[in-house]
Amino acid sequence: MTLALGTRAPSFSLPGVDGATRALDDYADVDALAVVWSCNHCPYVQAWEDRMMAVQRDYGARGFRLVAINSNDAERYPADSFEAMQRRARERGFNFDYLLDEDQSVARAYGPERTPEVFLFDSDRRLVYHGAIDDSYDEQGVQVHYLRDALDALLDGREPPVAETPPVGCSVKWRN
Amino acid sequence: MKVELLYWRGCPSYPEAQRLIEEVLARAGVEAAVELREVESDEQAARLRFPGSPTIRIDGRDVDPVGAETPPGLTCRLYHLPDGRISPLPTREQIDAALA
Repeated sequence: MTLALGTRAPSFSLPGVDGATRALDDYADVDALAVVWSCNHCPYVQAWEDRMMAVQRDYGARGFRLVAINSNDAERYPADSFEAMQRRARERGFNFDYLLDEDQSVARAYGPERTPEVFLFDSDRRLVYHGAIDDSYDEQGVQVHYLRDALDALLDGREPPVAETPPVGCSVKWRN
Repeated sequence: MKVELLYWRGCPSYPEAQRLIEEVLARAGVEAAVELREVESDEQAARLRFPGSPTIRIDGRDVDPVGAETPPGLTCRLYHLPDGRISPLPTREQIDAALA
């Protein structure tokens, strides 16, 4: 079951590609936190990856953090292993934390269906936006910037204009 | 002409792939039905040499011969666009070229 709007962010404590363990409380000082289900192998994630970095770059100074979590079964999808995550983060120069949810317990708590899939929380860590980053995996076809619009509103003390959109991407690869 | 669209339901791109193929065929004036083949297991993926969804073959030839060499599996297929971007679908030009 996917987290409902208004619900508080479930806690997590997960290893990051930089070797540090990151917990939800580590981001307590930011006004807006986006937890994005992600992975390495999915072409939708790869198509949106630059935009994930751009959002972190453009909103980081305004009290925003983006955290990507990979919950995919790496036994069936070796391209999503921790070592591959570390390699991809290094090669692509990720400016956001990239965490591994190996036992998929965090995914079960949030209920993502796709990668990428955004859960945006306010300063009380209540869910205010859930869904896609924007309305097209093809950057040249984007017309509505859902995540940016939600952030602009949130950081300005308003409700996001759109609170929920269908996520588009690869399915989360659950263990059997 | 035989036009095949091999797909896996775990990847959402196949309806768009079908529309794209039908557009390219119509624009090229080619009258051919798109044969849909669902791939449901790793075994079937291996047998069909299915490198991911969607895979488009025209008279048995993959529209992206380089990507066709990817090991088979139930996954979304990754296409490299000419400008270096990554896409879950091939370009119209790739399908056009395979029709020629």
